Amino acid sequence: MDKTATVDERALKDANAFLCLECGKCTSTCVVARYNRSYSPRRLISQALAGGRLPTSQELSICLTCMACDARCPSGVRFVDLIRELRRATYGAEFAGNCSHGGAMQSLMKLMTAAELNQDRLAWVTDDLKTADEGDVAFFVGCAPYFDAFFTELEVDTLAGVKGAVKVINALGIAPVVLPDERCCGHDLLWGGDVEHFEILARRNVELLRAKGVKTVVFNCPECYYTFKADYADVVGALPFEVKHLSEFLAERAGELNFVDDEGEKVTFQDPCRLARFAGVVEPPREVLTAAGVELAEMPRSGKGAVCCAGNGWLNCDRFSKEVQLERLREARATGATTLVTACPKCEIHFRCAMKDPNLGDEIKMEIRDLASTVASRLENKKAKPKGKETEE
Amino acid sequence: MTPAKGKTAATEEKSKAKAKASPEKPRAAAKGATKRPAGKSSAGGAKAKVKAKKTAAPRKPRKTEPKVREDFTPRIVVFACNWCSYAGADTAGISRIQYSPHFRIIRVMCSGRVHPAFVLRAFELGADGVLVSGCHFGDCHYIFGNERAVEQFEKTKALLKILGLEEGRIRLEWISAAEGVKFGRVIDEFVEQVRALGPSTLAPPGRELPREAEAFADAAALAK
Repeated sequence: MDKTATVDERALKDANAFLCLECGKCTSTCVVARYNRSYSPRRLISQALAGGRLPTSQELSICLTCMACDARCPSGVRFVDLIRELRRATYGAEFAGNCSHGGAMQSLMKLMTAAELNQDRLAWVTDDLKTADEGDVAFFVGCAPYFDAFFTELEVDTLAGVKGAVKVINALGIAPVVLPDERCCGHDLLWGGDVEHFEILARRNVELLRAKGVKTVVFNCPECYYTFKADYADVVGALPFEVKHLSEFLAERAGELNFVDDEGEKVTFQDPCRLARFAGVVEPPREVLTAAGVELAEMPRSGKGAVCCAGNGWLNCDRFSKEVQLERLREARATGATTLVTACPKCEIHFRCAMKDPNLGDEIKMEIRDLASTVASRLENKKAKPKGKETEE
Repeated sequence: MTPAKGKTAATEEKSKAKAKASPEKPRAAAKGATKRPAGKSSAGGAKAKVKAKKTAAPRKPRKTEPKVREDFTPRIVVFACNWCSYAGADTAGISRIQYSPHFRIIRVMCSGRVHPAFVLRAFELGADGVLVSGCHFGDCHYIFGNERAVEQFEKTKALLKILGLEEGRIRLEWISAAEGVKFGRVIDEFVEQVRALGPSTLAPPGRELPREAEAFADAAALAK
């Protein structure tokens, strides 16, 4: 107990836990706590402060790390940081997580730490997409090729977002560099406590990008984006390139894109946690969508107050996650929008999974599409080339 | 059972030499030397060509060809279903069929239970090959479990293809409880196939399952 007490005390201090007023805003904001009555961030903090009772492995894996609590906290307690630090400190010993999908995602990520990989991850690059081997701008694909191969029964098409992103970047006259042996960014390993493997992945990715000499790296996946932006520096030092989320990249160049004139469909936007709350990128996706001519209907809880898709970095999936997803889908339906646009492949996967509920049927059914493919489908077809797969449904 | 008897008679001489690993070694050296170079060069060439067509940035050839090890004994994980294949392994044992010992068998209630996560985890822990084995179609104890196994296996195959692992490192087989001979033959074939591919490049250093020699040393130490 003494041995870990120092780690825990430091973790509590680093997370500003001693500033807690016990006001309970965290618990009333927490989407998990709304359904899982035995879970309460406030109680976890006050128990840790009062008697040194730390969250159990189960409690650690329940947290979605969506940061909704910290966004509301009046005294700046970083509950999410505390969870991450405790997961790291107890990883392998007490904390293992009830990895969803049998731990397949974690295994994939760990397998990608191998020094020598010969991945076949660029099969989605079709002739109408221009990619380059060298250049100033790189596009970080993320795990979409794996997601599409793994979630076949959910009929996810996360590669549509990737293809859309490359298409839009092409429309700006840029052929982005894509890495044939890009690794997973390691986001889920880091948030799952496995820092050892995360660091290997971080080093390999930065090494690959450094070798290409790129100046800007554009991301479609907000988790990759935020991990590069916030966590890679701790491992590899200052990054030798600039990182930008696709929405930021496009918002800066919105004037250079030509979109079709007809009236776009009515969509609503699901802010991914890592993009809105963590990285603070709230406006750019909206600017891009508006520029593309789609009608944006906001959900009551949007931007930094958006509700998480209950994805949780493949650590845990239970009936409470499902409740959270249903609540969010109902909210999205209530806006009257026909399509739910998100910027994160995981939101797409989890909402599609929730929509498979046979008992609710059409009540929560909704078209769901990636931000990038939505924007790409609105591009003016100057060269009259056949529309990509992402525009069909 | 007749074919089984035939085989046991033929291999009886071998079984007299009690050390399991020793009769394996000369065979390994002989087969490995002839098989490996041919198989690899053709596969590598074909892959490189396909890749060059598909993408703008052609995939680099492997920096280092996996080392061909004369003494390489593959580490193979076999997932066998409780009702057919595991019993098939029993039959192989009862009939004293001689076959390669370079595999670890894991019993599952049904081959349909073998989620991609199981296979990925095996590779993560340093397996060189994974064999999934269940009942023949129509024989499944759970009616359609083996059909699920095919679905899961296809998924695993797709994931490992993206990851760049050779296709020959995974295999799906249907072995009934009576097919002891087939069990032995499949294991022998698969061991040779993986031996020809060499060690898995995905095995992270320092996290490996012990190689056969070490495993036997452990077992010997335990026996004392």
